[in-house]
Amino acid sequence: MKLTVNGVIHDVDVEKDMPMLWVLRDILGITGPKYGCGIAQCGACTVHMDGIAVRACQLAAGDVAGEITTIEGLGTPAVRHAVQEAWIDLQVAQCGYCQSGQIMQAASFLELNPTPTDDQIDAAMSGNLCRCGTYPRIREAVKTAALKLKAV
Amino acid sequence: MGRVKTIARRSFLVGSVAVAGGVVFGTYLYKRAGENPLLDGLKPGETAITPYVKIDAQGVTLITPRADVGQGAWSMQAHMIAEELDINPRNAKLSPGPADAIYYNGVVGAEALPIAATSDTLLARGGRGAVDVVGKLMGLHITGGSSTVPDMYDRLRMAGAVARETLIKAAMKQTGLPRDQLGTEDGCIVLPDGLKIEYIDLASIAAEIEPVQDVTLRDPSEWRYLTKPQKRTDVVAKSTGTQIYGIDMQMDGMVIATTRTNPAIGGGLNSFDAEVAQQMRGVHAVLPITGGIAVVADNTWRAFQAAQAVDCDWGPSPYIGDSADQFAAVAASFTDDHRDSRFKDEGDVEDALQDASVVEAEYRIPYLAHAPMEPMSVVVKLTDGRLDIWTGTQIPRFVKANMARLTGLDGDDIHVHVLMSGGSFGRRLEDDYIAQAVEIAMQLPDTPIKMIWQREEDFTHDFPRPLAIARGRGAVADAGIAAFDLSIAAPSVAESSLARLNQPAFGPDVAIVAGAWDQPFHIPNYRVTGYRTPAMVPVSSWRSVGASGNGFMHESFMDEMCHAAGVDPLQERLRLCWHDASRKVLEAVGEMSEWGSDLGPNRGRGLAFTLAFGVPVAEVVEVTNTPDGIRIDKVFVAADVGRVLDPVNFEAQLQGGVIFGLGHAMNCELTYRDGVAEQDNYHAYEGMRLHQTPQIMVRGLENGDKIRGIGEPAVPPAAPALANAIFAATGQRIRELPLSKSIGFV
Repeated sequence: MKLTVNGVIHDVDVEKDMPMLWVLRDILGITGPKYGCGIAQCGACTVHMDGIAVRACQLAAGDVAGEITTIEGLGTPAVRHAVQEAWIDLQVAQCGYCQSGQIMQAASFLELNPTPTDDQIDAAMSGNLCRCGTYPRIREAVKTAALKLKAV
Repeated sequence: MGRVKTIARRSFLVGSVAVAGGVVFGTYLYKRAGENPLLDGLKPGETAITPYVKIDAQGVTLITPRADVGQGAWSMQAHMIAEELDINPRNAKLSPGPADAIYYNGVVGAEALPIAATSDTLLARGGRGAVDVVGKLMGLHITGGSSTVPDMYDRLRMAGAVARETLIKAAMKQTGLPRDQLGTEDGCIVLPDGLKIEYIDLASIAAEIEPVQDVTLRDPSEWRYLTKPQKRTDVVAKSTGTQIYGIDMQMDGMVIATTRTNPAIGGGLNSFDAEVAQQMRGVHAVLPITGGIAVVADNTWRAFQAAQAVDCDWGPSPYIGDSADQFAAVAASFTDDHRDSRFKDEGDVEDALQDASVVEAEYRIPYLAHAPMEPMSVVVKLTDGRLDIWTGTQIPRFVKANMARLTGLDGDDIHVHVLMSGGSFGRRLEDDYIAQAVEIAMQLPDTPIKMIWQREEDFTHDFPRPLAIARGRGAVADAGIAAFDLSIAAPSVAESSLARLNQPAFGPDVAIVAGAWDQPFHIPNYRVTGYRTPAMVPVSSWRSVGASGNGFMHESFMDEMCHAAGVDPLQERLRLCWHDASRKVLEAVGEMSEWGSDLGPNRGRGLAFTLAFGVPVAEVVEVTNTPDGIRIDKVFVAADVGRVLDPVNFEAQLQGGVIFGLGHAMNCELTYRDGVAEQDNYHAYEGMRLHQTPQIMVRGLENGDKIRGIGEPAVPPAAPALANAIFAATGQRIRELPLSKSIGFV
């Protein structure tokens, strides 16, 4: 089947029910999206399908109906997305393992809601688990990113 | 005397590697082959001036041997070297270095001694000195116990200074200029005319000269990185998905494996039928391993699917298998037969309780899983008598020794490549998952194998934080608390985890009473007794170890006793506290939280204090009792690590520690039925989520006499501060964790 990932069309021969997480990580070698739980409880695998945050561990390859963007497609160390800039400015990451998913969730959320309230941020980000406890900085970074995006 | 002094000083000068043992072991020369592991395999033009600094044509590599599990250890170690070496750590390459005895930990073992961190007697100093010597002799290359900063603070700055001065000496040789005309700046020697020579251009000269060893450390007033807000070296990679963890390793010809072992802990595999699994797409092999099976495939998902398709006939767990029976075993161990320690015994508790109206309370804490976000994973390759291991681990030399035993290989033929860990909280002090991968490699040599556990395997095959029960008895007098007697029973972490490292565990296990026996209070009659429950499910260190639960026991009972005495919990602790740095964190948190001011209806504040890993930490939690349950509004934290080397990460570790402590106290337990852990994924073990996260205000104090680490100390006071706040808001005293068994949260 044909899949568009980070702007590149790939032709992959995989089972229709293989979750996109493993197509990305093991077939395409794109390791930014992480495996955390496999049951959409942690959000570490979050990617975008046509700009909307989805859990790649629950998105079957056969159900992909749009362009997939991973953290690698959002921005790079040299050319960063505003959300990544905010994450760097605030030094959010500790172990960092969940942060690809946190950033993808935040980028999608801010696209839909550029001027969120604190409660809306809490609601939008609560599906993404962080075991190190970086939540206070995630909150701040989402707010900072909203300002950066507004300024663009 | 003069000679001893000289040698001791000289030993210090060449690096604090030899500080404690200096007089005994004499001077230590970094350049002597075999003692600096970086010298093996150096190419012409490369130099490794100390075991912590390597320079080649590509650049300067800073060796950061303490593992980074998210606490920022790599970045902090790099900054400590860079402070003296004069290089921007973000312009240097970082490497954890090889597994080697030279990187021994001289501090972590002190946690196993019954010496209070606040004690500075000759005996206490001697005990800590012995820990350093033992650590060195055993080559304890290990990360844990919030020991990275205290253990490495002198050693890494000295390594940076030796490297800097040696590079200057090389520049003197090249330019003919005297020492006082040469400076250093951002990876360069600066000449009087402003011209610069890069360090890398001096590597070959530096390799030929003896390292300069007569160096002195800079005064803190000259520091550019330490104590200033730092930018973590990994922050860009971790914000762009480019940080490589063990689970992300990719190699040519690599296959993916996953394992499934008996979910009933410790039970064996009677037989298995892999006929269906063998036929599934992408499956290379189904192999037997100790206690279960491994599936090797071309893809992680295919391996996971096939592992579930193997029909296994499991044997029973040899351990007490049900939670109620496990707690019963703990409850039954408050007997003289099981008495393990009584490090605190002041006054006469029995006499004081004789004629008093005795306050009694019993507390219970559950088993807890580590559940780091990155499930256990490792890449191994066994080829021609050489074993390579790529993984996040806190115990690289134990891994080497254990895998040598498993494979029959010589330790020198085993190479451990330490990678960034996606969390640990103590889980990567174990190497069970590595042994499984090596068992697969022994059946499948010459192939790189990436072994990944399913999250369910990770939860059900953890070595959890042990459960425990504490019984408090106390009495009050007019002035306040007059007697405080706490007995704690739990299985021993030391006994369980040291056996897996093939190390003996002597004497009492301090972890059973850590965070309770060693608190800086003078109560006229004050006793803490540890009871060792016979081993059940294997257990291990979990962020803040014994103090993680004992903080809850001690500080909940302290709160109950304050209420029984009719005294204010903050004022009473201040009255009883004899340790200056501890008093100041209590005062600080009182001021920050406006302790004593009226919060209004349905609201309450709770205070708790724990001194753990030498760090006094006081926390005040504010809650509101809403119609939807308890909401945690704010947390105030004050901690004293002697000197805050990076205020940015200091705040992050304290906030993270509070959230870790609160989240588990609210929501988490690991329970067992028939030897099987009943929580097998995050839906049943959530910790804290963002919407439950309070505002957390942090203050760092610097009155302590020694520099300390901050990865763990914020955890212990969080649970009792919350429970005490719930009592203040609702009148409900909860004595069992998780709190969600007794009360709802928003």
